[in-house]
Amino acid sequence: MAKLWRNWPLHVMLIPGVILIFIFSYVPLAGIVMAFQKFIPSQGWFSSPWIGLRNFEYMLELPDIERIIRNTLTISAMKIVAGQVLPIGIAILLNELKNRIVKRGVQTLIYLPHFLSWVLLGGILIDILSTEGGLVNQFLGWFGVQPIFFLGSNDWFPFVLVFSDVWKEFGFSTIVYLAAITSIDPSLYEAAYVDGGGKFKQVIHVTLPGMLPIIVLVATLSLGNVLNAGFEQVFNLYSPQVYESGDIIDTRVYRIGLVDVQYGLATAVGLFKSVVSLVLVGISYYLAYRLVNYRIF
Amino acid sequence: MEYPSLSRKLFIGVNYIFLITLALVCILPLVHIFALSLSAPSVAAAGMVKFFPVGLNFNAYQHILSQKEFLDAFFVSVQRLVLGTSLSMALTILTAYPLSKESKNFKSRSYYAWYFVVTIFISGGLIPWYMTIRMLGMIDSLWALVLPGAVAVFNIILLLNFFRNLPRELEESAFIDGAGHFRIMLRIFIPISMPGIATVCLFTMVNHWNAWFDGLILMNRNENYPLQTYLQTVVMQQDFSVMAQSSLTGMQEISNRTVKSAQIFLGSLPILLVYPFLQRYFVKGIVLGSVKG
Repeated sequence: MAKLWRNWPLHVMLIPGVILIFIFSYVPLAGIVMAFQKFIPSQGWFSSPWIGLRNFEYMLELPDIERIIRNTLTISAMKIVAGQVLPIGIAILLNELKNRIVKRGVQTLIYLPHFLSWVLLGGILIDILSTEGGLVNQFLGWFGVQPIFFLGSNDWFPFVLVFSDVWKEFGFSTIVYLAAITSIDPSLYEAAYVDGGGKFKQVIHVTLPGMLPIIVLVATLSLGNVLNAGFEQVFNLYSPQVYESGDIIDTRVYRIGLVDVQYGLATAVGLFKSVVSLVLVGISYYLAYRLVNYRIF
Repeated sequence: MEYPSLSRKLFIGVNYIFLITLALVCILPLVHIFALSLSAPSVAAAGMVKFFPVGLNFNAYQHILSQKEFLDAFFVSVQRLVLGTSLSMALTILTAYPLSKESKNFKSRSYYAWYFVVTIFISGGLIPWYMTIRMLGMIDSLWALVLPGAVAVFNIILLLNFFRNLPRELEESAFIDGAGHFRIMLRIFIPISMPGIATVCLFTMVNHWNAWFDGLILMNRNENYPLQTYLQTVVMQQDFSVMAQSSLTGMQEISNRTVKSAQIFLGSLPILLVYPFLQRYFVKGIVLGSVKG
């Protein structure tokens, strides 16, 4: 009883958080019913007519359903691979910098883009990728390359997305890998050196194995993000011209729901994505737990 | 003493050059935009500006700062930043403290923990979320930008892990001296967790400053747009098909480039200003929050 008395403040502290999470996370969860309704805003979730799985049938009949799934998967797969390989390499190279001032300076600059919004970076990209005096096309022009309309060409657009995403995030992603490298026991390097292993061999046989748990962890957890191809980025860079190669599930849901006001259909597409994502996240956490004993809290 | 071989020296040199180039690649686009914003419109349009202003002038900034829409949006952003960050920090600490207790001391802990963590994995999606806020009558209200994201579960987990790493004895001795949970939280946990709290606080501030999508869908009237949403509508929403063919020669189009550059730069300025403080904390915060055994 004394124990219980002592703990009541803990329950009190949790009240505001519990209420807000209920309103803004659990109520929308209940709002999934819209996926099975012909939703009419004035009638709400309780009185809108039920139409069973009709919205999902509409979803399958969308002429571009295959396209948005394909785009989502290819764009996010490329981002996941490039967004992990590059930071691992850069972290290893950064670790070789002995001059502290240069190292710190490089780190400061490569972390910065992570903190700028896609609105600002989108604005910058639109300017530097422009065919009319954009920095990139000017640079390419020195090598005799004709101006490329990066943001308007279906051949280029997905690569612009991947490249700019990696550009924004690679620096920040090196942080965890650098931390992993610093936690490697220095005596392992000495042992490798005594055994005649040069710098390169030390990287292969000491650094990389030392980083392996965190590499495996990031890789498995990224599996849950396969359907998140980067809404904020795509939204700020795409245009109808590049829907063919750049329209993703999230941008399509936005247009169906908030531009075309087909709430039920948009919810159904969103639900489809959520369910698949949930399965993937489940698998990824299970793998992360089994492989490197990771637990979220 | 180990003497580096020739190939080792070569590698070191190339490595320095490579990483410094890479660092420049990260920052030069921003420098370019800044240079553009300070250049004369005609030179900017002709593509003659690289990384230094040509025909230095502040007309673009004068123009922007005289626009009511920009100032309104800036003010909305400041409001949401101040209100949102203080609210969010209070909620994060209040939620993280009880959840950092051992289950054996706080029996309901795991129920609460699951209640919060589940929301990371399962969400209703964009449309039901939007509809909830709309049905609450929060459209066009500042609260719509502040309340829905106020309980950030990731931040709670980060702070919770920080709290858990504090020595238990502190808390136990305070208990024996007759202090309650509220007093222990305020007098012991918060003061000694300042690095963790500062990390979360800076992240929250940056997120509030950078958020634009909620403003776009939850604010109907333009005067309620926060700055990033305002910039999204003026900088981004343009017709590419027109831009591609026409040679932009009209006077108005020309000054557009310097004005847009100035808007982008002003939008990133607060981030650049807090960045030195941010950098001191986030490395610690990230490592703390993500790599734990």
